[in-house]
Amino acid sequence: MQWLRKILDKVGKDFQHGGKLEKFHAVYDMQDTVLFTTADTTKSGSHVRDGMDLKRMMVTVVVAMLPAVAMALYNTGYQSNLAIAAGAHALDAWQEAVFAALGLGYDPTNLLSNLVHGAVWFIPIFAVTAIAGGIVETVTAVIRGHEVNEGFLVTMFLIPLITPATVPLWQIFVATVFGVLIGKEIFGGTGFNILNPALVARAFLFFAYPAEISGDKVWIAADLTGVDGLSGATWLSRASSAGMGPEGLGNLDLMDAFLGFIPGSMGETSALACLIGAVILIATGIGSWRTMAGVGIGTIALSMLLNAVGSETNPFFAVPFYYHMVLGGWALGTVFMATEPVTSPFTDTGKLIYGFLIGVLVVLVRVVNPAYPEGMMLAILFMNMFAPLIDYFFIQANIKRRAARYA
Amino acid sequence: MEHYLSLGIKAIFVENMALAYFLGMCSFLAVSKKVSTAIGLGFAVIFVLAVTTPANNLLYQYVLKPDALVEGVDLTFLAFLSFIGTIAAMVQIVEMALDRYAPALYGALGVFLPLIAVNCAILGASLFMQERDYNFAESVVFGVGSGVGWMLAIVALAAIREKLRYNQVPAGLRGLGITFMITGLMAMGFMAFSGIQL
Repeated sequence: MQWLRKILDKVGKDFQHGGKLEKFHAVYDMQDTVLFTTADTTKSGSHVRDGMDLKRMMVTVVVAMLPAVAMALYNTGYQSNLAIAAGAHALDAWQEAVFAALGLGYDPTNLLSNLVHGAVWFIPIFAVTAIAGGIVETVTAVIRGHEVNEGFLVTMFLIPLITPATVPLWQIFVATVFGVLIGKEIFGGTGFNILNPALVARAFLFFAYPAEISGDKVWIAADLTGVDGLSGATWLSRASSAGMGPEGLGNLDLMDAFLGFIPGSMGETSALACLIGAVILIATGIGSWRTMAGVGIGTIALSMLLNAVGSETNPFFAVPFYYHMVLGGWALGTVFMATEPVTSPFTDTGKLIYGFLIGVLVVLVRVVNPAYPEGMMLAILFMNMFAPLIDYFFIQANIKRRAARYA
Repeated sequence: MEHYLSLGIKAIFVENMALAYFLGMCSFLAVSKKVSTAIGLGFAVIFVLAVTTPANNLLYQYVLKPDALVEGVDLTFLAFLSFIGTIAAMVQIVEMALDRYAPALYGALGVFLPLIAVNCAILGASLFMQERDYNFAESVVFGVGSGVGWMLAIVALAAIREKLRYNQVPAGLRGLGITFMITGLMAMGFMAFSGIQL
């Protein structure tokens, strides 16, 4: 690797203090620190307490996300191949042209065909997200004279996971720029944001371009028009119109939903993949088990209450909690988005309450709000807003308790 | 009973005064630097709304409504004027009470306390009440609900801004700029409830 170091050092001279490209130091520094550990050390006494820095933390989250990414690749192709094998047409898009040129055929039983078919849809979205976010991160770092940090890494993986396969690439670009710039950079960058940037991007897409990100047509990358017996609707929207009946969740195999072989946003379908991620996050101490437990308890509590209350007009009331947990963005949101340390409360009890309220809100939005069959994104965004307030009350209570102790 | 419950929830979340209708913005943006002050103003707004909306409702039902006072006379053109009169009187009473019993809060709220009189959220609630033709009980629930919703929004904003004090917000956005941005993002969060039919 010596040759790479030499090239970097040679190019780097211009970017150092006093060099002619000094202003763009952030651009050089980003490449350098991605490839090599930084050579800069503190001059006086060392202040490092823990090897768990931003880079390691973000990379651990990305590793925890890899099962979900693998399922995104596989399931996107699998759903598309399944629909095409049943009589649907391939979409008229350059991605399909690329796939056709590879000559693998639309065979849902062929692992390789599924993976590659998923990849032709997933990788462009991932690349556009990375480019858009990279541009914003680099430009803001240059303007502020900061270094580019790893803060975007997790967002870069999350955005493709929470969008449907067929979303137009330019919309992904616009949404990513909005999410990173308005959701994070204007607050001061990584660690200062109030709302989760990936969710801000998703919410932006959802409210600005509803046709491309909701409804029945977008979840499977295939043209379903004119095919009998095939519906592109997600199970949640079927549940919202027909509950547990035969038209609704009645003929959904719970195991399929748990493993993730159902239509939906690319990385959200598999609860198993998210469960593996949850184990990694909890074992390494990065994700808070309190938040995750809180969401679980909140979901179970409210859905059981709604089951008991019942409703004659709204069939969604009858859906039991385990369906809520395996469908839609519940698992991905609970594991990777609700637990984001910056936007959730810092106090331990606060995390439990925060999680609990997310769980309650998800069920509430899904069941009570006819406009949105899916509520995970909005529930987390809503509670992000109240996280500082939850902290405030716990900190005040703590101050009071201590003051009383030493009075 | 269920009707009043859903009316209250609707006023707090679905039709939040601050984040769905963007009413009462001046004090919402100006008095949200500290959570304790925001809570104080929030309670003042709840109180004023809880009193003025039903008071204006009585005024509307028995004086201003067509045929209410005298057969064949429609006084609704006086609605604005009389609603504001009621509100101003109420705010004056609240101000005197706060000055007497909570001088610290009175000092912290400063000019924004008398400004509640021209807070659009207060007048807005009375006008919504007239437009939707609420009866007396409904107007009590709606007034309290709107106040609670507004308070929820301003207290959440204040907590965010307290946390934001340590942030390196770009120089051009510091102060009101970033507060407007947060308000917009908060409104996006509150859209979780838009579309709920109660």
